[in-house]
Amino acid sequence: MDQKTGVQDRPSAEPGTAPLLEVAGLVKHFPVRTGGLGRRQVGKVRAVDGLDLAVGVGESLGLVGESGCGKSTTGRLITRLLEPTDGSIRYQGREIGHATRRELAPIRSEIQMIFQDPYSSLNPRQTVGAIVAAPMEINRIDPPGGRKAKVKELLERVGLNPEHYNRFPHEFSGGQRQRVGIARALALRPKLIVADEPVSALDVSIQAQVVNLLQSLQRELDIAFLFIAHDLAVVRHFSERVAVMYLGKIVEVADRDSVYGNPHHPYTHTLLSAVCEPDPDKARGRRALPIGDPPSPLAPPSGCRFRTRCPKAQPLCAEQEPPLAQLAELADGHRVACHFPGPAEDTLTHR
Amino acid sequence: MPDTPDGAGVLLPKQVAPDSASVPAPDAAILSVRDLTVRFRTEDGVVKAVDGLSFDLARGSTLGIVGESGSGKSVTALSVLGLHNPERTELGGTIRFDGTELIGAPRRTLNRLRGRRISMIFQDALAALSPFYTVGEQIAETYREHMGASRKEAKARAVEMLGRVGIPNPNRRADDYPHHFSGGMRQRAMIAMALVCDPDLLIADEPTTALDVTVQAQILDLIADLQAETGTAIIFITHDLGVIASTVHDVLVMYAGRCVERGTVREVLKDPRHPYTWGLLSSVPELSGSVDLPLRPVRGTPPSLLNPPPGCPFHPRCDYVARVPEHACSLDRPPLELVAGRGSACHLATADKTRIFADEVRPLLG
Ligand SMILES: Nc1ncnc2c1ncn2[C@@H]1O[C@H](COP(=O)(O)OP(=O)(O)OP(=O)(O)O)[C@@H](O)[C@H]1O
Ligand SMILES: Nc1ncnc2c1ncn2[C@@H]1O[C@H](COP(=O)(O)OP(=O)(O)OP(=O)(O)O)[C@@H](O)[C@H]1O
Ligand code: SF4
Ligand code: SF4
Ligand SMILES: [Mg+2]
Ligand SMILES: [Mg+2]
Repeated sequence: MDQKTGVQDRPSAEPGTAPLLEVAGLVKHFPVRTGGLGRRQVGKVRAVDGLDLAVGVGESLGLVGESGCGKSTTGRLITRLLEPTDGSIRYQGREIGHATRRELAPIRSEIQMIFQDPYSSLNPRQTVGAIVAAPMEINRIDPPGGRKAKVKELLERVGLNPEHYNRFPHEFSGGQRQRVGIARALALRPKLIVADEPVSALDVSIQAQVVNLLQSLQRELDIAFLFIAHDLAVVRHFSERVAVMYLGKIVEVADRDSVYGNPHHPYTHTLLSAVCEPDPDKARGRRALPIGDPPSPLAPPSGCRFRTRCPKAQPLCAEQEPPLAQLAELADGHRVACHFPGPAEDTLTHR
Repeated sequence: MPDTPDGAGVLLPKQVAPDSASVPAPDAAILSVRDLTVRFRTEDGVVKAVDGLSFDLARGSTLGIVGESGSGKSVTALSVLGLHNPERTELGGTIRFDGTELIGAPRRTLNRLRGRRISMIFQDALAALSPFYTVGEQIAETYREHMGASRKEAKARAVEMLGRVGIPNPNRRADDYPHHFSGGMRQRAMIAMALVCDPDLLIADEPTTALDVTVQAQILDLIADLQAETGTAIIFITHDLGVIASTVHDVLVMYAGRCVERGTVREVLKDPRHPYTWGLLSSVPELSGSVDLPLRPVRGTPPSLLNPPPGCPFHPRCDYVARVPEHACSLDRPPLELVAGRGSACHLATADKTRIFADEVRPLLG
């Protein structure tokens, strides 16, 4: 299959040990043009700018960070709705970053995406049955027992009544529509689902139902997730590992207990200090909030991108970009991109 | 001065005499809502969006309104602002703002209050700001219209307000259009516009829901600072219990157009007395709780507002129906009995509520 599709084999891939997905040095720049006829390019938005991450088989990796830092762009690159400007995306050891449409076809079924907005991501003129069956149709897959039986099974799997096969999206509530989107993503037995803010638009109670559903799917069907969300408590609940992103790059990544319990990047400290907990005893104090607005992704700061808002910044931070590196004293796999990493107290007292 | 809520017998039977000491003195309440009903005529029938809601808001205090999607939070806010289309809406009960009755008040009265003494901020700042005028012009125009200030005064006031909400270089940024601002800055600009006339009441409907946590934290701090300076009373509508915990004094929990629980933020979040509030708390993961247990959402679906369930509107989804004798949950509407501003509309005995929460619900939260 590989030769036919032209997807390259990774020379050093060791079967069984390679992660399901491995992203290295990923870059996506969007050109910014002047208005009018000339449409001259006047700059570029560095939406994703040298991003590294890996997701293991059946693992859930959370991706968090400020609005506009490039989370959705990352998700769209991995599902190849976008083509990267540079860098590599390896899926099961095969480079897919620049694979053509035809080359991607067999992989498309294995990497699915769930979107934030259950309203706009479903075609209002199609029945739920047709929506869920579409991926099988496009990929000409005929499951044993037929497509219709498969769709009914999927609807049941996500907690919808199979009798609703002939209904239209507008007849469903937000949470039910999100379930339809999930059923569609499951149709081709995916191995990786990129979920971009899958519960952000939902009421807390419906949100809990959908989180529980995704979690049972992850465990029972061994599906890996890249789970993008801005609710840090939901991410912690859902993801075994968490990556923190700032202006197009990962600045800290570790298992969930380390990120939430022992974070070492000043931006992670800032982010966690801003969370509002539903408990007046733990109510957010006024702590390490960043000062002012984020820098423009058109012209990110030199060196460390967080330096313009970092309470610990030193001259070195403007000169050299800190690499995302494992810190010897921290848990295995806990990597931080900072010249002066340390526990949260350090960042807070630097204010 | 607001009337005693005599027409509100079902909802507030005990508030009239014994607890009158706990009801804020009428002159302290800037807003007093009694037995508010809001009904919409639709093709499918009459939607009972708000169904007998009463509350008082003291000057300078903050009331949080929480509840699931469709429970009537925004409809309540729009009623206070007089923004419902009278052709399709039936309003009942009373809404008194600083002694003036708003229900049935002439357009002119409402227009004069709105923007000047009562103002509102929304989730979507872009929709509230015009793309065709600079941010400074829009704030200045609001000030001129309501305060009769000169152009020059109004411009100066707009710049001052932008500075107060933390926009750097306000003098220069006042000349920018909204699309030049980031999401967080637009939200600040909208707050500046809402507060330019020093209103007595600010209604904030999900003002931070679309923002990420760091910007949200800045906006919440900003609102708290401005309130401390100006003494504006605030109604803060959200479905985020975390925002409630760090922002408001008192909480009103809404379900199916009614208040089901009322109390201080500490009372409602630490010692909740209504099964729906328990459900809300169980639905949200905590930042430090166990990650091994699944979340515990309220089961079932929101009630129909065309044909609300009889008895307690929560009964089709409630796990405690069997603990109330004689099928009262499906037969009788539980009244909201307030003692010192605290109470819940549920047939369970108070001792049972406290015990069930402590023994059965609390241990399962994070
Ligand atoms: N098609 C595009 N053309 C130009 N710029 C883009 C495009 N898509 C995204 N951007 C820009 O790239 C940056 C990253 O956007 P992205 O949507 O990935 O952020 P995000 O982290 O998902 O933010 P949010 O939390 O708000 O969803 C932003 O500055 C955005 O404006
Ligand atoms: N103009 C209208 N005509 C008919 N029904 C309406 C109208 N406005 C609101 N409703 C209905 O009234 C109910 C209450 O709506 P409201 O907007 O107050 O909910 P909410 O509590 O603010 O919810 P959310 O958290 O989703 O904002 C909903 O069922 C809604 O569909
Ligand atoms: S490298 Fe410097 S500026 Fe960047 S986060 Fe670390 S201390 Fe702050
Ligand atoms: S009155 Fe009955 S149904 Fe309603 S909340 Fe109380 S126990 Fe549940
Ligand atoms: Mg996004
Ligand atoms: Mg609303």
